[in-house]
Amino acid sequence: MVDKKIIEIVDVIDTSKVFAKLSDSQSGGICVFVGAVREFTKNEKVMSLEFEAYEQMALREMDKIAINAIEKWQLNSLIIQHAVGFKKVEDPVVVVGASSAHRDACFEACRYLIDTLKETVPIWKKEVFENKTVWVSAHP
Amino acid sequence: MKVLLFGIAKDIVGSSQLQFSEVVPKTVLELKQLISKTYPKFGELSSLAVAVNSEYAKDDVPLNRNDEIAIIPPVSGG
Repeated sequence: MVDKKIIEIVDVIDTSKVFAKLSDSQSGGICVFVGAVREFTKNEKVMSLEFEAYEQMALREMDKIAINAIEKWQLNSLIIQHAVGFKKVEDPVVVVGASSAHRDACFEACRYLIDTLKETVPIWKKEVFENKTVWVSAHP
Repeated sequence: MKVLLFGIAKDIVGSSQLQFSEVVPKTVLELKQLISKTYPKFGELSSLAVAVNSEYAKDDVPLNRNDEIAIIPPVSGG
């Protein structure tokens, strides 16, 4: 039985609230992954990232990932939050987290959540450098 | 027929939507072929997917006028 499943696309991620959202009396393990903006890509200084989402499809794809993970690892609570808009260096851009009775399940679930999100969820990231912008992964 | 565009697809076309009125693609494959012919830069992308009503759609899926259709260039969230 899943206590909580939070699937959101938001303007700003508040990482300080994630623990409370995943904590429950059945869970001895809570695992969270936060993706953030890194300052350099291949030695080039990144000024900011811009995220765009096809929101209704992204939420559906995120929900599919969540349902799969809850079933596979018997999770008690789960969160997937992705930010959109302009983000500066160090800003959190994605949070995935899971809680389970023991730690193995939530560790493995977090890995699955972020890896699958990156493969299937229709969200796009543009790197803004000093002199150019690049849509990440667009070209081989 | 209206097609939504995101990410680099929006930049290639220069708009967030494409409108087909004379030649209307009947399947996902026809849509991919039509946009790649009109905008050759789509052929340079790592991949090109189409969503019909918010679900990834294979090449043989038929397109109807009332469907919500979107071009999905390579995703890069996270």
